[in-house]
Amino acid sequence: MTAQHDADATPQEHAVETVDRGSAVTQSDSFSDPGLPPHKPRQTDIHPAKEKRAERQVFLWFLLSMAGSVFAIFAYFAFPITEEDFGSVRINNLLLGLGLSLGLLGIGFGAVHWARQLMSDVEISEDRHPTHGSEQTRARAVEIFKLGDEESGFTRRSLIRNSLIGALALFPLPAVFMFRDLAPKQDAVEAISQTPWETGTRLAIDPTGTPIKASDVTIGSAFHVIPETLDSHAHDFLDQKALSVVLLVRMPEEQLHETEERKGWSYNGIVAYSKICTHVGCPVALYEQHTHHLLCPCHQSTFDVSDGAKVVFGPAARPLPQLPIAVDDEGYLVAQRDFTEPIGPSFWERLDHIDDEHPESSARTEDRA
Amino acid sequence: MAKRKTSGRRHPLASAALLILGLVVVGGIYTAVDQAADAQSPSHSEAALTAADGEALYMANCATCHGVDAVGTEYGPTLVGVGPASVNFQVMTGRMPMAFQGPQADQREVMFTQEQSDAIGEYLQTFGPGPERPDQEWLDTSATGVDVANGAELFRINCAMCHNVAGSGGALTEGKFAPNLHNIDADHIYEAMLTGPQNMPVFNDNNISPEEKRDVIAYLHYLDENPSAGGFSLGSLGPVSEGLFVWIFGLGSIVALTVWLTSRPN
Repeated sequence: MTAQHDADATPQEHAVETVDRGSAVTQSDSFSDPGLPPHKPRQTDIHPAKEKRAERQVFLWFLLSMAGSVFAIFAYFAFPITEEDFGSVRINNLLLGLGLSLGLLGIGFGAVHWARQLMSDVEISEDRHPTHGSEQTRARAVEIFKLGDEESGFTRRSLIRNSLIGALALFPLPAVFMFRDLAPKQDAVEAISQTPWETGTRLAIDPTGTPIKASDVTIGSAFHVIPETLDSHAHDFLDQKALSVVLLVRMPEEQLHETEERKGWSYNGIVAYSKICTHVGCPVALYEQHTHHLLCPCHQSTFDVSDGAKVVFGPAARPLPQLPIAVDDEGYLVAQRDFTEPIGPSFWERLDHIDDEHPESSARTEDRA
Repeated sequence: MAKRKTSGRRHPLASAALLILGLVVVGGIYTAVDQAADAQSPSHSEAALTAADGEALYMANCATCHGVDAVGTEYGPTLVGVGPASVNFQVMTGRMPMAFQGPQADQREVMFTQEQSDAIGEYLQTFGPGPERPDQEWLDTSATGVDVANGAELFRINCAMCHNVAGSGGALTEGKFAPNLHNIDADHIYEAMLTGPQNMPVFNDNNISPEEKRDVIAYLHYLDENPSAGGFSLGSLGPVSEGLFVWIFGLGSIVALTVWLTSRPN
């Protein structure tokens, strides 16, 4: 390596030493300009027949462009969009688009073909010129600046200058506070820490809002559930729905594995889990009746509904929160309480909002093998 | 030529010709026998079939996996209480008898006639009653009061996560998939919702009422009859097929144009 390095360095050292150290001339080690390659005439330059043909081709492109533009206008009127037939949108857009693109592409292809085949193709090079002005102009500019400073007193009156800088620095600050106020009135963490589920809220079918009886939920069923109290006319209906959507499934009781702590959270094999993925919040609802797997369509996180919705595959880090359910006097399914932890993906303050009596779900976070 | 024959040497292509001849003969015999066997199978389907015929068909075609008492074996689930709706769906869409054991029973050609399928369904009712096939009333999407928009909303809430909002189907876990729902008979759609075949959940009449099921059928048939208004749907698979199209054809044409623009004409 060293030997090779020396061998490489030697000619360069010789080159440097040939120049007198006292001279202002610096030796350039860049490549010398190889110049332009020899000019080769094109076929269209040699044969007049080919030149004629290229000219016709360019003309044809421009003619096609004209035809395309006219066709676009024709198609717009000949195939109008009618209210009765959605298919009319398709044919209208297709023909209009074909006409317009032919109109524009024809000009483009014609122009490029013209430039390539017929315009002069002799290679030329243009040297770059220095960009700074004459010494006189530069001296005059400095003079003007100095005069301005003199007359305004910008340097001399430092008190005024510094207070101006301070005023300009403070001026944008009110905007920061005003923009902060654009956030919802309710504290963002509070808003996503709890859901509309309350003790005794009936489980209802999405979207009709019909309350669900435990006897309606046959084995293998999957119900998409909202709280009965959800008001579809409220201004924040969709926000509240996004927090409270639940998937309700029933499986044979012997297939359901529950921890001691959650024994009372299901009813005859009926369990309810939040439908919002703990990874990044997609709705998880691809439920497989026999494997009891619940698959998230966004990133393929898979939860085992028969085993506390623990994560069996994918990027989610925590099980889906379970909604504790019971049955009221009339046989309807009701929530025992709200979720014991915030639903959906993690956020900084999340751990502060987990029910102290039910820390289990978060404790299972690190259980994944 | 003559010399070669007398020397007793075979033509270089003789072995290849013999092989082809053998294959043609064997294939021909197989095809003939197969056609003969096929021609025999539907011969006893003319008369109305009873549960007794269903029992015979069940024992011959289903009992291996589902057990002679229909309580299931390690190869197939119990059929007690599944009902004629489930039998009709599984048999008449070609999912049963299963082509081979796998993550999911795939569709193949239908192996039975409608009468034979009904007879099996009738026979299975003797083990324990299950959902009957739907009334014609709930399959008639031209009836008054059918609401395609409501069907679309129900489909988006209950079905679209697996079957895709345009009914194009999608992947599930471990090799299973939700099939596409294009051009499916109304009674098969209804029966699938009612019985929850394979890993599909059950949507009983308390969850999605018969009227609502009819709306969902109307929506699916609406999709079949109305092509995408937005041009090529590329399978309605969303960003995967659309992205692939743009990457290949969009970027491809940009690259081609750039090469053309910067090349020297000769």
